[in-house]
Amino acid sequence: MRSCWTFFRMRLINGLQYRTAAWAGVVTQFFWGFMEILLYRAFYAATPDRFPMQLDHLISYIWLRQALLALLNTYTFEWDLFTMILNGNVAYELCRPSSLYGMWFARTLALRVSRVILRCVPLFVVTALLPKPWGLRFAASPTAFAAFLVSLALAACVGVAFCLIIYFSCFFTLSSEGVRMMVLPIAELLSGNLIPLPFMPDRLAKLFHYSPFGAMTNAPLRIYSGDLAGPEMVEMLVLQVFWLTVLGLFGYALQHRGLKRLCVQGG
Amino acid sequence: MKLYFKFFAMHLKSHMAYKKSFFFAVIGQFLTSFSAFMVVFFLLDRFETVKGYTLGEVLLCASVMWMSFSLAEGFFRGFDQFPNVIRSAEFDRLLVRPRGLIFQVLCHQIEFARLGKLIQSLVMLVIGIQLSAVAWTPLRCLCLGLMIACGALVFCALFLLFAALSFFTLEGLEFMNCFTDGAREHGAYPLDVYGQGMLKITTYVIPYALFQYYPLQYLLGRGPTGYAFLPLLAPLFLVPCYAAWRLGVSRYKSAGS
Repeated sequence: MRSCWTFFRMRLINGLQYRTAAWAGVVTQFFWGFMEILLYRAFYAATPDRFPMQLDHLISYIWLRQALLALLNTYTFEWDLFTMILNGNVAYELCRPSSLYGMWFARTLALRVSRVILRCVPLFVVTALLPKPWGLRFAASPTAFAAFLVSLALAACVGVAFCLIIYFSCFFTLSSEGVRMMVLPIAELLSGNLIPLPFMPDRLAKLFHYSPFGAMTNAPLRIYSGDLAGPEMVEMLVLQVFWLTVLGLFGYALQHRGLKRLCVQGG
Repeated sequence: MKLYFKFFAMHLKSHMAYKKSFFFAVIGQFLTSFSAFMVVFFLLDRFETVKGYTLGEVLLCASVMWMSFSLAEGFFRGFDQFPNVIRSAEFDRLLVRPRGLIFQVLCHQIEFARLGKLIQSLVMLVIGIQLSAVAWTPLRCLCLGLMIACGALVFCALFLLFAALSFFTLEGLEFMNCFTDGAREHGAYPLDVYGQGMLKITTYVIPYALFQYYPLQYLLGRGPTGYAFLPLLAPLFLVPCYAAWRLGVSRYKSAGS
């Protein structure tokens, strides 16, 4: 556990080095969110009664997503790990006296957290200061905010557990490209990174909500604005724990099987 | 031109050496833009119209935007990677060769995987044409062709501009994506959806609206015939971008050894 923590800190400090890139990222994020809000307002103006969320809930959703994108998206990988599997350096990792799963989990999580810490603060400050219909609003209630924090942590972990499955699939396919190309666009859509799930047709939205992807971006962002409240909120948190366990166990099993047939040559 | 075809064939062959990987890349590109298509579809399925545009009309508009973008991206891919060319001082090598610089950068990389996006946008175009009640005349078909071709040129101009800027910054600037990827993503909807302010900016500053919004009005029978020829004005955007490129080249100091 302690070695994981040290690893986490190391990656974090490393990630905080790239500040210019972070600023450029913030500007992009802001522009993107702004355009999206303009679009949804146009939809809202046409048929407000078909809007599945309140407009200000949606706007908070968009800004939070933009701010937390680096943490919650499905495509931020630790690229070294893919290369490691490919060129056999994974053997060094296996020599270390800690579990491969724990170490890689910590590395990936640290990468994402370090990216998000730099980017989210300016976005939170600016969007919180925007005039009323445009800005990020406070959480629905203190309880909602607390639940949001818990849910955010869980969502980040579910996302990383999903990443690990993709890393370990590399033991079997060698090149991650095919898997990534096929799975990630779908994961982005289903996790609510492109549009909030309630905007999809009702049946599909319900299905995706209960899928492992629904436990990613969808969960914390809707809890924050109070779109998921009361029993629905509790249900979502339980669901997130459930999916984290399932994805974690699956990833672990995949690692186990992969390592069993792994054969590294050379010295 | 003959040389370009040689490079074209060469890139094609090198892609074909890894057929499976190429195939996956094409499918991946298809799926990426497919999820963008699903978003448009879901939203218009729920709300039916936006600013008076129906699903078919938005699809028509989106497919024009995406098609011109993927054309530009496929053939102008070399410019997308240009900051790397400068940083690794590979540009020095281009300077000593007896061919045009732009030509060489163009030949540097041709991305056939964008075929996936192109196919996706073709499918969308067909659906869009079927769903939207456009009364097709020869002039309207010509107008559609102009929209796509001139759109591709505008994106090419943007790539050229970013390459020119990287002479000064030496690195890729992420916020440049706002104007290329952002335009593709948000330009799926007719630009007046974003309000009059945005429409003015996209008419006079970066002329997206000239190949998207105005000719679309003509296609849908809501604008005068003159709008059909507005896409022809959009490539004028190449002029300042080319000037910036020339300035960049003249200020170039090698970054490596």
